[in-house]
Amino acid sequence: MQHHLVLRVIAKLLLPLILVFGLYVQFHGDYGPGGGFQAGVIFAAGFILYGVVFGVRSLRTVAPPAAIHICMAAGLLLFAGVGVVALALGGNYLDYSVLAADPLQGQHLGIVLIELGVGITVAAVMVRLFYAFAS
Amino acid sequence: MSHFLTIVLLGFLAITGIAILRMRELFAVVMLSGLYSLISAAIFVSLDAVDVAFTEAAVGAGLTTILMLGTLALTTGEQKTSNRAPLIPLIIVVLTGAALVYGTLDMPHFGDPDAPVQRHVAPRYLQASASETGIPNVVTSVLASYRGYDTLGEVAVIFTAGVGVMALLGRGRRRKREEEG
Repeated sequence: MQHHLVLRVIAKLLLPLILVFGLYVQFHGDYGPGGGFQAGVIFAAGFILYGVVFGVRSLRTVAPPAAIHICMAAGLLLFAGVGVVALALGGNYLDYSVLAADPLQGQHLGIVLIELGVGITVAAVMVRLFYAFAS
Repeated sequence: MSHFLTIVLLGFLAITGIAILRMRELFAVVMLSGLYSLISAAIFVSLDAVDVAFTEAAVGAGLTTILMLGTLALTTGEQKTSNRAPLIPLIIVVLTGAALVYGTLDMPHFGDPDAPVQRHVAPRYLQASASETGIPNVVTSVLASYRGYDTLGEVAVIFTAGVGVMALLGRGRRRKREEEG
Protein backbone atom coordinates (compact mmCIF):
# COMPACT_ATOMS: atom_id res chain seq x y z
CA MET A 1 0.00 0.00 0.00
CA GLN A 2 2.75 2.45 -0.88
CA HIS A 3 0.64 4.65 -3.15
CA HIS A 4 -2.48 5.37 -1.12
CA LEU A 5 -1.26 8.72 0.18
CA VAL A 6 -4.69 10.01 1.23
CA LEU A 7 -5.50 6.74 2.99
CA ARG A 8 -2.21 6.77 4.88
CA VAL A 9 -2.55 10.40 5.99
CA ILE A 10 -6.16 9.96 7.08
CA ALA A 11 -5.30 6.74 8.92
CA LYS A 12 -2.53 8.53 10.80
CA LEU A 13 -4.98 11.30 11.72
CA LEU A 14 -7.65 8.83 12.84
CA LEU A 15 -5.44 6.44 14.82
CA PRO A 16 -4.87 8.58 17.94
CA LEU A 17 -8.56 9.53 17.99
CA ILE A 18 -9.62 5.86 17.81
CA LEU A 19 -7.24 4.85 20.61
CA VAL A 20 -8.28 7.76 22.86
CA PHE A 21 -11.94 6.96 22.18
CA GLY A 22 -11.21 3.34 23.11
CA LEU A 23 -9.72 4.47 26.43
CA TYR A 24 -12.69 6.78 27.00
CA VAL A 25 -15.16 3.94 26.42
CA GLN A 26 -13.07 1.72 28.70
CA PHE A 27 -12.94 4.05 31.69
CA HIS A 28 -16.24 5.86 31.19
CA GLY A 29 -18.25 2.63 31.04
CA ASP A 30 -19.39 3.12 34.64
CA TYR A 31 -21.10 6.39 33.74
CA GLY A 32 -22.22 5.97 30.14
CA PRO A 33 -22.64 3.29 27.53
CA GLY A 34 -19.57 1.19 27.01
CA GLY A 35 -17.22 -1.00 28.98
CA GLY A 36 -14.45 -3.48 28.50
CA PHE A 37 -15.94 -5.42 25.58
CA GLN A 38 -16.64 -2.40 23.42
CA ALA A 39 -13.43 -0.62 24.40
CA GLY A 40 -11.35 -3.70 23.61
CA VAL A 41 -12.89 -3.98 20.17
CA ILE A 42 -12.43 -0.25 19.44
CA PHE A 43 -8.83 -0.35 20.64
CA ALA A 44 -8.16 -3.42 18.49
CA ALA A 45 -9.84 -1.68 15.55
CA GLY A 46 -7.20 1.05 15.82
CA PHE A 47 -4.42 -1.55 15.60
CA ILE A 48 -6.16 -3.38 12.75
CA LEU A 49 -6.57 -0.12 10.80
CA TYR A 50 -2.83 0.38 11.17
CA GLY A 51 -2.24 -3.17 9.98
CA VAL A 52 -4.57 -2.80 6.98
CA VAL A 53 -3.07 0.50 5.80
CA PHE A 54 0.62 0.07 6.64
CA GLY A 55 0.90 -3.70 6.28
CA VAL A 56 0.84 -6.59 8.70
CA ARG A 57 4.62 -6.53 8.99
CA SER A 58 4.58 -2.97 10.43
CA LEU A 59 1.83 -4.02 12.83
CA ARG A 60 3.99 -6.92 14.00
CA THR A 61 6.69 -4.48 15.11
CA VAL A 62 4.13 -2.27 16.89
CA ALA A 63 2.28 -5.17 18.54
CA PRO A 64 4.58 -8.22 18.60
CA PRO A 65 2.57 -11.48 18.56
CA ALA A 66 4.37 -12.64 21.71
CA ALA A 67 3.15 -9.55 23.59
CA ILE A 68 -0.37 -10.10 22.19
CA HIS A 69 -0.33 -13.68 23.49
CA ILE A 70 0.69 -12.49 26.95
CA CYS A 71 -2.05 -9.83 26.92
CA MET A 72 -4.69 -12.41 25.94
CA ALA A 73 -3.99 -14.38 29.10
CA ALA A 74 -3.16 -11.38 31.30
CA GLY A 75 -6.62 -9.81 30.94
CA LEU A 76 -8.39 -13.01 31.94
CA LEU A 77 -5.95 -13.54 34.82
CA LEU A 78 -6.52 -9.95 36.03
CA PHE A 79 -10.29 -10.60 36.07
CA ALA A 80 -9.94 -13.94 37.88
CA GLY A 81 -7.24 -12.47 40.14
CA VAL A 82 -9.58 -9.73 41.38
CA GLY A 83 -11.91 -12.53 42.49
CA VAL A 84 -9.06 -14.32 44.30
CA VAL A 85 -8.02 -11.09 46.05
CA ALA A 86 -11.62 -10.66 47.20
CA LEU A 87 -11.48 -14.21 48.58
CA ALA A 88 -8.20 -13.47 50.38
CA LEU A 89 -9.70 -10.35 51.96
CA GLY A 90 -12.51 -12.41 53.43
CA GLY A 91 -15.29 -11.83 50.91
CA ASN A 92 -16.95 -14.06 48.36
CA TYR A 93 -15.37 -14.70 44.97
CA LEU A 94 -15.76 -11.56 42.80
CA ASP A 95 -17.35 -9.65 45.71
CA TYR A 96 -15.67 -6.28 45.20
CA SER A 97 -17.06 -4.68 48.37
CA VAL A 98 -14.15 -5.98 50.46
CA LEU A 99 -11.48 -4.53 48.14
CA ALA A 100 -11.53 -1.13 49.89
CA ALA A 101 -12.52 0.15 53.32
CA ASP A 102 -15.69 1.69 51.88
CA PRO A 103 -17.84 -0.97 50.10
CA LEU A 104 -18.87 1.50 47.38
CA GLN A 105 -15.26 2.39 46.64
CA GLY A 106 -14.41 -1.32 46.65
CA GLN A 107 -17.17 -1.98 44.12
CA HIS A 108 -15.91 0.84 41.93
CA LEU A 109 -12.30 -0.36 42.13
CA GLY A 110 -13.29 -3.94 41.39
CA ILE A 111 -15.45 -2.97 38.41
CA VAL A 112 -12.73 -0.75 36.92
CA LEU A 113 -10.17 -3.55 37.32
CA ILE A 114 -12.27 -6.34 35.83
CA GLU A 115 -13.43 -4.09 32.96
CA LEU A 116 -9.74 -3.43 32.30
CA GLY A 117 -9.13 -7.17 32.25
CA VAL A 118 -12.03 -7.66 29.82
CA GLY A 119 -10.71 -4.87 27.60
CA ILE A 120 -7.14 -6.24 27.50
CA THR A 121 -8.24 -9.78 26.64
CA VAL A 122 -10.79 -8.69 24.02
CA ALA A 123 -8.36 -6.30 22.31
CA ALA A 124 -5.56 -8.88 22.29
CA VAL A 125 -7.79 -11.67 20.96
CA MET A 126 -9.14 -9.40 18.19
CA VAL A 127 -5.63 -8.40 17.09
CA ARG A 128 -4.60 -12.07 17.24
CA LEU A 129 -7.59 -13.00 15.04
CA PHE A 130 -6.50 -10.35 12.56
CA TYR A 131 -2.98 -11.83 12.51
CA ALA A 132 -4.42 -15.31 11.92
CA PHE A 133 -6.56 -14.20 8.96
CA ALA A 134 -4.32 -11.56 7.43
CA SER A 135 -1.07 -13.48 7.10
CA MET B 1 -42.82 7.28 16.10
CA SER B 2 -40.39 4.86 17.66
CA HIS B 3 -42.49 1.93 16.42
CA PHE B 4 -42.55 3.41 12.93
CA LEU B 5 -38.75 3.79 12.98
CA THR B 6 -38.28 0.21 14.17
CA ILE B 7 -40.56 -1.14 11.43
CA VAL B 8 -38.73 0.86 8.73
CA LEU B 9 -35.36 -0.40 10.01
CA LEU B 10 -36.65 -3.98 10.15
CA GLY B 11 -37.78 -3.52 6.55
CA PHE B 12 -34.25 -2.46 5.64
CA LEU B 13 -32.96 -5.57 7.42
CA ALA B 14 -35.24 -7.80 5.35
CA ILE B 15 -34.21 -6.07 2.10
CA THR B 16 -30.52 -6.45 3.01
CA GLY B 17 -31.06 -10.12 3.81
CA ILE B 18 -32.75 -10.79 0.46
CA ALA B 19 -30.00 -8.85 -1.36
CA ILE B 20 -27.36 -11.00 0.38
CA LEU B 21 -29.22 -14.15 -0.71
CA ARG B 22 -29.34 -13.10 -4.35
CA MET B 23 -25.66 -12.11 -4.65
CA ARG B 24 -22.85 -14.30 -5.94
CA GLU B 25 -20.04 -11.77 -5.46
CA LEU B 26 -18.80 -12.51 -1.94
CA PHE B 27 -17.11 -9.12 -1.50
CA ALA B 28 -20.50 -7.43 -1.86
CA VAL B 29 -22.04 -10.03 0.48
CA VAL B 30 -19.48 -9.16 3.18
CA MET B 31 -20.17 -5.45 2.75
CA LEU B 32 -23.93 -6.03 2.94
CA SER B 33 -23.62 -8.16 6.08
CA GLY B 34 -21.67 -5.27 7.63
CA LEU B 35 -24.58 -3.04 6.65
CA TYR B 36 -26.96 -5.58 8.20
CA SER B 37 -25.10 -5.29 11.51
CA LEU B 38 -25.13 -1.51 11.33
CA ILE B 39 -28.91 -1.47 10.78
CA SER B 40 -29.30 -3.89 13.72
CA ALA B 41 -27.26 -1.46 15.83
CA ALA B 42 -29.61 1.35 14.78
CA ILE B 43 -32.59 -0.79 15.87
CA PHE B 44 -30.96 -1.37 19.26
CA VAL B 45 -30.46 2.38 19.64
CA SER B 46 -34.13 3.01 18.85
CA LEU B 47 -34.98 0.37 21.52
CA ASP B 48 -32.79 2.32 24.02
CA ALA B 49 -30.29 -0.56 24.31
CA VAL B 50 -27.27 1.68 23.71
CA ASP B 51 -24.69 -0.71 25.17
CA VAL B 52 -25.84 -3.56 22.92
CA ALA B 53 -25.90 -1.21 19.91
CA PHE B 54 -22.34 -0.19 20.71
CA THR B 55 -21.18 -3.81 20.74
CA GLU B 56 -23.09 -4.68 17.58
CA ALA B 57 -21.67 -1.72 15.67
CA ALA B 58 -18.10 -2.36 16.83
CA VAL B 59 -18.04 -6.17 16.52
CA GLY B 60 -20.65 -6.91 13.86
CA ALA B 61 -20.16 -4.01 11.48
CA GLY B 62 -16.49 -3.35 12.16
CA LEU B 63 -14.37 -6.33 13.11
CA THR B 64 -16.40 -9.13 11.55
CA THR B 65 -16.30 -7.34 8.19
CA ILE B 66 -12.51 -7.07 8.40
CA LEU B 67 -12.16 -10.73 9.36
CA MET B 68 -14.50 -11.82 6.55
CA LEU B 69 -12.47 -9.76 4.07
CA GLY B 70 -9.33 -11.44 5.41
CA THR B 71 -11.00 -14.81 4.87
CA LEU B 72 -11.93 -13.81 1.29
CA ALA B 73 -8.26 -13.01 0.64
CA LEU B 74 -7.41 -16.54 1.78
CA THR B 75 -10.17 -18.24 -0.24
CA THR B 76 -12.03 -16.93 -3.27
CA GLY B 77 -14.35 -14.05 -4.01
CA GLU B 78 -16.99 -15.92 -5.99
CA GLN B 79 -19.71 -18.15 -4.56
CA LYS B 80 -19.91 -21.59 -6.18
CA THR B 81 -23.32 -22.34 -7.65
CA SER B 82 -24.96 -25.53 -6.50
CA ASN B 83 -26.76 -27.87 -8.90
CA ARG B 84 -29.01 -29.39 -6.30
CA ALA B 85 -32.59 -28.17 -6.06
CA PRO B 86 -32.91 -26.27 -2.78
CA LEU B 87 -36.36 -27.75 -2.05
CA ILE B 88 -35.62 -29.67 1.17
CA PRO B 89 -33.60 -26.85 2.77
CA LEU B 90 -36.40 -24.44 1.81
CA ILE B 91 -39.02 -26.63 3.50
CA ILE B 92 -36.88 -26.95 6.64
CA VAL B 93 -36.29 -23.20 6.80
CA VAL B 94 -39.98 -22.38 6.28
CA LEU B 95 -41.05 -24.92 8.92
CA THR B 96 -38.48 -23.65 11.43
CA GLY B 97 -39.48 -20.06 10.75
CA ALA B 98 -43.16 -20.88 11.19
CA ALA B 99 -42.42 -22.68 14.48
CA LEU B 100 -40.45 -19.69 15.74
CA VAL B 101 -43.20 -17.24 14.79
CA TYR B 102 -45.75 -19.53 16.45
CA GLY B 103 -43.54 -19.54 19.55
CA THR B 104 -43.47 -15.75 19.75
CA LEU B 105 -47.29 -15.69 19.96
CA ASP B 106 -47.05 -16.95 23.54
CA MET B 107 -44.47 -14.38 24.53
CA PRO B 108 -45.44 -11.22 26.43
CA HIS B 109 -45.81 -8.07 24.34
CA PHE B 110 -42.75 -5.94 23.76
CA GLY B 111 -42.16 -3.62 26.72
CA ASP B 112 -44.92 -5.22 28.78
CA PRO B 113 -44.29 -4.15 32.41
CA ASP B 114 -45.93 -7.38 33.67
CA ALA B 115 -43.62 -9.65 31.67
CA PRO B 116 -41.73 -12.14 33.87
CA VAL B 117 -38.40 -10.69 32.76
CA GLN B 118 -39.40 -7.28 34.17
CA ARG B 119 -40.69 -8.67 37.47
CA HIS B 120 -37.99 -11.13 38.51
CA VAL B 121 -34.66 -9.54 39.54
CA ALA B 122 -34.71 -6.46 37.30
CA PRO B 123 -36.59 -4.16 39.73
CA ARG B 124 -34.21 -5.08 42.56
CA TYR B 125 -31.16 -4.27 40.43
CA LEU B 126 -32.65 -0.98 39.28
CA GLN B 127 -33.54 0.09 42.83
CA ALA B 128 -30.48 -1.19 44.71
CA SER B 129 -27.73 -0.69 42.14
CA ALA B 130 -27.00 2.93 43.06
CA SER B 131 -26.76 2.27 46.80
CA GLU B 132 -24.97 -1.09 46.53
CA THR B 133 -22.39 -0.37 43.82
CA GLY B 134 -22.46 3.42 43.36
CA ILE B 135 -22.26 2.94 39.59
CA PRO B 136 -24.64 5.19 37.59
CA ASN B 137 -24.77 2.86 34.56
CA VAL B 138 -26.91 -0.09 35.69
CA VAL B 139 -25.85 -2.12 32.63
CA THR B 140 -22.26 -1.97 33.86
CA SER B 141 -23.14 -2.75 37.46
CA VAL B 142 -25.22 -5.79 36.43
CA LEU B 143 -22.60 -6.98 33.96
CA ALA B 144 -19.54 -6.47 36.15
CA SER B 145 -20.80 -6.87 39.69
CA TYR B 146 -24.14 -8.69 40.03
CA ARG B 147 -23.37 -10.99 37.10
CA GLY B 148 -19.59 -11.02 37.50
CA TYR B 149 -19.41 -14.80 37.11
CA ASP B 150 -21.16 -14.64 33.73
CA THR B 151 -18.80 -11.95 32.50
CA LEU B 152 -15.79 -13.92 33.70
CA GLY B 153 -17.15 -16.87 31.72
CA GLU B 154 -17.63 -14.69 28.63
CA VAL B 155 -14.05 -13.45 28.81
CA ALA B 156 -12.89 -17.05 29.19
CA VAL B 157 -14.93 -17.92 26.07
CA ILE B 158 -13.27 -15.11 24.09
CA PHE B 159 -9.85 -16.23 25.33
CA THR B 160 -10.63 -19.83 24.36
CA ALA B 161 -11.84 -18.71 20.94
CA GLY B 162 -8.56 -16.86 20.40
CA VAL B 163 -6.56 -19.93 21.45
CA GLY B 164 -8.72 -22.10 19.17
CA VAL B 165 -8.07 -19.86 16.16
CA MET B 166 -4.36 -19.93 16.98
CA ALA B 167 -4.44 -23.72 17.08
CA LEU B 168 -6.39 -23.99 13.81
CA LEU B 169 -4.79 -21.26 11.69
CA GLY B 170 -1.41 -20.83 13.37
CA ARG B 171 0.08 -23.83 11.60
CA GLY B 172 -0.62 -22.56 8.10
CA ARG B 173 1.13 -19.31 8.88
CA ARG B 174 4.21 -21.08 10.20
CA ARG B 175 4.39 -23.17 7.03
CA LYS B 176 4.22 -20.04 4.92
CA ARG B 177 6.95 -18.38 6.93
CA GLU B 178 9.19 -21.42 6.45
CA GLU B 179 8.67 -21.13 2.70
CA GLU B 180 9.68 -17.49 2.83
CA GLY B 181 12.76 -18.17 4.94
